Amino acid sequence: MESSDLQRRYIDFTSTLFREGFLDSQYTQLQQLQDESNPEFVTEVVTLFFQDSEKLQDDLTRTLDQEVVDFKKVAAHVHQLKGSSASIGAQRVKNVCMAFRICCEEMNREGCLGCLQQARQEYFLVKSKLETVFRLEQQIVAGGGSIPTMW
Amino acid sequence: MAVDAEAQFHVLAVDDSLMDRKLIERLLKTSSFQVTTVDSGSKALEVLGLKEDQTSTSALSPEHNEIEVNLVITDYCMPGMTGYDLLKKIKESSSLKDIPVVIMSSENVPSRINRCLEEGAEEFFLKPVQLSDMRRLRPHILKGKYKEQQLHQEENSNTNHIIVGSSNNNTMSNKRKAMDEEVLSERTRLRFSSSSLNVI
Repeated sequence: MESSDLQRRYIDFTSTLFREGFLDSQYTQLQQLQDESNPEFVTEVVTLFFQDSEKLQDDLTRTLDQEVVDFKKVAAHVHQLKGSSASIGAQRVKNVCMAFRICCEEMNREGCLGCLQQARQEYFLVKSKLETVFRLEQQIVAGGGSIPTMW
Repeated sequence: MAVDAEAQFHVLAVDDSLMDRKLIERLLKTSSFQVTTVDSGSKALEVLGLKEDQTSTSALSPEHNEIEVNLVITDYCMPGMTGYDLLKKIKESSSLKDIPVVIMSSENVPSRINRCLEEGAEEFFLKPVQLSDMRRLRPHILKGKYKEQQLHQEENSNTNHIIVGSSNNNTMSNKRKAMDEEVLSERTRLRFSSSSLNVI
């Protein structure tokens, strides 16, 4: 039955995400907080993460583009991005933020620009993967199946 | 006021990040707390009614519009009034100083943590806050309520004068449950908690 195919794909796909470090246990925590009374909890929080992150990346680009870079401001944005990514378990993005933080402390503009580029890459990667996860979930539910729990 | 089967405690959560507010709200509701979220320290003070010198223990006065808050959980880093500033204001207020306050932060800075604990914060949670952290909240609320009860028992000879809006039986069973939880958490590693858990 298609449904079990989809479920298998879902399990494989999400397991890989965890194995490859795109997501960590904090994401599982979010899934555990979702229930029948809050069936959209994960997608709602992740959507907020997408919105927050894209805005922060724009802010970072702008701040690093100034003639005289205000590294305190850069660090503040990075701090927020780190917090948001940690909150949903976007581990790779969080890790880039940790390196990013050091470049801020060193007032290393080139380093910061490199980190921003990396952060962007990791962000778009995890975004596309999460969108795939949500799509698979929708397909499973539409096919009358239930989403496998990964814990 | 209707007597609930189990006393539901009311937590005021303060965080400037919408994402984090959503998360903490869900964590708290999943743990059977009533929740109010605000996005700033000043809004928190409004909810707490700090403008006038009102007591927050008005569960028996239904004509009051204010809500009774049993615990405040606040982010540390917020623009304007920080979590630390909010903590100070609460502890400096005669009517609010007994409300337990918990601070959250995504940064593990020992000096910051100590500062908060010294100022009277009950605990310091590292973000992202976990469901398991929610279990640490009830003991702090019940500790405060017990203190309140003791005070009132000293004032009144009538020992049936319980503040919490629930039946006597359930208050006692909640306390027993909380004490079990307290014993449990004593065994596990305590994170950044300044007060020793006094088992009555």
